[in-house]
Amino acid sequence: MKQYDTVIIGAGVTGCAIARELSRRKGRFLVVERALDVCEGTSKANSAIIHAGFDAEPGTLKAKMNVLGNQKMDQLSQDLDIPFQRIGALVVCLDPAELPQLRALYDRGLANGVAGLSLLSGEEARALEPNLAEGVCGALLAGTSGVVCPFELTLGLAESAARNGVEFRFDTEVLKIERQADGWLLKTSSGEIWTRTVVNAAGVHAGELHNQVFEEKITITPRKGEYCLLDKTAGSHVGRTIFQLPGKMGKGVLVSPTVHGNLLVGPTAADVEDLDETATTAAGLAEVAEKSAWAVKAVPMRQVITSFMGLRAHEAGDDFLLREAGDGFFEAAGIESPGLSSAPAIGDYMAGLVADKLGLAEKADFSPTRRGSLRLAEKPHQERAAYIKENPLYGNIICRCEEVSEGEIVDAIHSTLRAKTLDGVKRRTRAGMGRCQSGFCSPRVMEILARELSLDLTGVRKNGKESRIVLEKTREGKDHA
Amino acid sequence: MRDLAIIGGGPAGLAAAVAARDAGVEDILILEREKELGGILNQCIHNGFGLHTFHEELTGPEYAARYMDEVFQRNIPYRLSTTVVDLRREGEGLAITSVSREEGLVETRARAVILAMGCRERPRGALNIPGTRPAGIFSAGTAQRLVNLEGYLPGRRVVILGSGDIGLIMARRMTLEGAKVLCVAELQPYSGGLKRNIVQCLDDYGIPLLLSHTVVDIQGRERVEGVTIAQVDDAFRPIPGTERDYACDTLLLSVGLLPENELSKAVGVELAPVTGGPQVNESLETNIPGVFACGNVLHVHDLVDYVSEEAAQAGRNAARFLRGESGGTGRDIPLVPAGAVRYTVPGAIDPARMEAETVVRFRVGRNMRGALVTVTASGKELLRRKRPVMAPGEMEQIVLKKEWFSGAETELTVEAREEKEGV
Amino acid sequence: MAVIELTCISCPLGCPLKVETDENGAVTCVSGNTCKRGEAYGKKEVTAPTRTVTSTVRLEEGEAPVVSVRTRTDIPKEKIFAVMEEIGRASAKAPVEIGDVVVADIAGTGVDLIVTKNSQARRHQT
Repeated sequence: MKQYDTVIIGAGVTGCAIARELSRRKGRFLVVERALDVCEGTSKANSAIIHAGFDAEPGTLKAKMNVLGNQKMDQLSQDLDIPFQRIGALVVCLDPAELPQLRALYDRGLANGVAGLSLLSGEEARALEPNLAEGVCGALLAGTSGVVCPFELTLGLAESAARNGVEFRFDTEVLKIERQADGWLLKTSSGEIWTRTVVNAAGVHAGELHNQVFEEKITITPRKGEYCLLDKTAGSHVGRTIFQLPGKMGKGVLVSPTVHGNLLVGPTAADVEDLDETATTAAGLAEVAEKSAWAVKAVPMRQVITSFMGLRAHEAGDDFLLREAGDGFFEAAGIESPGLSSAPAIGDYMAGLVADKLGLAEKADFSPTRRGSLRLAEKPHQERAAYIKENPLYGNIICRCEEVSEGEIVDAIHSTLRAKTLDGVKRRTRAGMGRCQSGFCSPRVMEILARELSLDLTGVRKNGKESRIVLEKTREGKDHA
Repeated sequence: MRDLAIIGGGPAGLAAAVAARDAGVEDILILEREKELGGILNQCIHNGFGLHTFHEELTGPEYAARYMDEVFQRNIPYRLSTTVVDLRREGEGLAITSVSREEGLVETRARAVILAMGCRERPRGALNIPGTRPAGIFSAGTAQRLVNLEGYLPGRRVVILGSGDIGLIMARRMTLEGAKVLCVAELQPYSGGLKRNIVQCLDDYGIPLLLSHTVVDIQGRERVEGVTIAQVDDAFRPIPGTERDYACDTLLLSVGLLPENELSKAVGVELAPVTGGPQVNESLETNIPGVFACGNVLHVHDLVDYVSEEAAQAGRNAARFLRGESGGTGRDIPLVPAGAVRYTVPGAIDPARMEAETVVRFRVGRNMRGALVTVTASGKELLRRKRPVMAPGEMEQIVLKKEWFSGAETELTVEAREEKEGV
Repeated sequence: MAVIELTCISCPLGCPLKVETDENGAVTCVSGNTCKRGEAYGKKEVTAPTRTVTSTVRLEEGEAPVVSVRTRTDIPKEKIFAVMEEIGRASAKAPVEIGDVVVADIAGTGVDLIVTKNSQARRHQT
């Protein structure tokens, strides 16, 4: 049975951030993840926003980690070679009677140490964003707010951790945790693991894991948020992230460009019971469409190319739980908004707690950088031609909508944290993310996956183990390709 | 600089190439992104193609082979597995950037280009169907490719949304391969496909067609486990209480085809809002001189025979352009759709530039019986044709003769309406 | 004596036909058609309906795993699934050309199953 200094449970953005910071130290570290890839939970279905940090109550961990995490993003995005744009945000006020609340948000931001904040009149706001609704009577401008690709951030953190020696085990669900002398025994779906310390970063399931072990229970309530993603032709409808003044259940419906040039609208917010629910609802999607119109006029909802739902882990105390719960069992739980923005800071903080506990020494040879996936479509022609000359597979375009080549797909399948599924390829290369939503390219990507992983086409999955795409051959025979 | 580049080696591109060569254009290059010519016909293994062109009922691959043979006989050059990634105006002509394994990144210059890129299917996300996003949801064309070219069955219990021809054809195909097709749901109160397909694909196999119905929910976390279908009202809103659950492992979507005009937009071609394809004149030329369009990229067709005719028209006119013969007055007369007519291709004509005859293709927006199609200019009727039956799913055409035009016309109205007594 | 209503599928018009039969099932009258083909279809469909079957067969040593095929002409409608069964057991060896016979007299219909797509042999991996 393998033994580790730390096992991190969950390869979402939180777990991977902690893994990366831990990998600065000497030790044996493992991340276990029940899905087949990183970023399969909340991390893949959120607003993709790096918040400025004015929203959380001063003095809370949410506030502290958000601001710290935001500050780290320039360096981190450079080190990890991931797209990140500080496009700025506007929180708009639709009712003059609520202007004091806008002011309160501004004050809160200052108290939290947020830079780049200013209050604008309705006209000033509309001068910046001509598509704001007529009723906007004031706005808070937050210059440090930005947009990122949550998958690329999570993958970047994970690959950086792996580069520095962290092991990753997928398709590994922690079923039981047992306290033992000097450590913890984890009984997983793929065997037993012993570790000195545990970091519970299991998202909406963090409560289940904690409550298995400890008398004092925590309550994690999954909160559902539904989003609509609009085509790139709608991507410049606004230039900044547009928020409405926050309501009781969260940040309200936002309208934002994404780092890839699409337009994102959402989320709704509703508590749910099923921790693994992934369904959007007609009512939810209609709500997104309706509410988007309050702050921004003429949002071109006819350009929707896809919609999705994310579950956010809400903790009863309304703040992050970042602590050692006891005996070397650490947890980063209740990571709802601003979880993505806070991840780099949470990673740093939690890794520090673990390192102090174990007395881990720093590595001399930690390598902070990691190269992202090659996006040949974005390279200048000369460079692209050179790549194709060196490897002709870069010249065979598989996904026409996003111009992704066979070479890039093969690279993704053989990368540090290999793409094993259609979605894994999609998220690393963008193949299937375009106008036709993999209509033309999915059979071809499946062929490449089957070839590279030595599978029959029936063994290729969309994302989870049970998500086979084709069920059987139509004609049996030894010669079937 | 080449004379003519043709983007797309499917039925449109092939017919355009043949016509251009026969009209005297020597220097032609066809650029095709798949590893074989033939376009979408390669996966359309059912018959029904070629009734008009060859007076035979051929399967898709057979129809494609007829035109491929014509291309091979004339030694017209083509490149396979070559994807065009950019199209720009440059100097007197156009610059085409393409990518392939063999040749890498290549810039081709051409005096004229024929756009023949075809169309794509509307995906699930654009419909915003609520529910989970499991494996097992396919657009009908993707499923068709998996069955007919890869030899794999995408599912065993199937629900189909959309009664366009691709959905109907796949209902039969899946049934013949041993799957159970539970029903075809169609949002509209009428089917979008050819009546012969309703008979041959649904009636023959006892597959129910649910008109005015749609899928309102999808269940299944990793693979489809079921869908919920409800009836819709006149405004296409689901009627509460009519929901029915269907246990299935596959949902096929046949919910619309969209002309694939990214390259057209890149070069600055103006698109027509109703078709989603380029605005063209009687020569099938776009607003960019030397850039022509034909086939599904121009407007989505039902019969490949009309694609071939249209593409030949584009080829001939590209040849005239290259000979410097496409003079004209420069005054395009707009064609205005009226009555039940939704759009016309072309959208404008210059009679001085016309060939002796020009085909105008159009679609009506509703089922019609005992209809009358008229073309009028400033109140003067140029054409009147009776049509016993017209449907949105069946493209129509009329022929305008150059000799009918005096040159004084300012606009042409193309109208379809039900015939009334004495009118 | 019966009147059967059906849609003609000979061409895209899809005329609604009424076919009248006598007590022996023989066709006495076809109406609603707008051409001779419609009349012929109406008679046939009611007495001995036929269909063309299009499908794929396994292709050995080909550049693709299957190749498209069809029955050369139409076959009795009630034999469709018998034909499909034989198609499932059949195979062709690449290279093949349009018109090559894969199965002669398939399912005892007297009609051949022929290839409908020119398909090359698989190029050997180096």
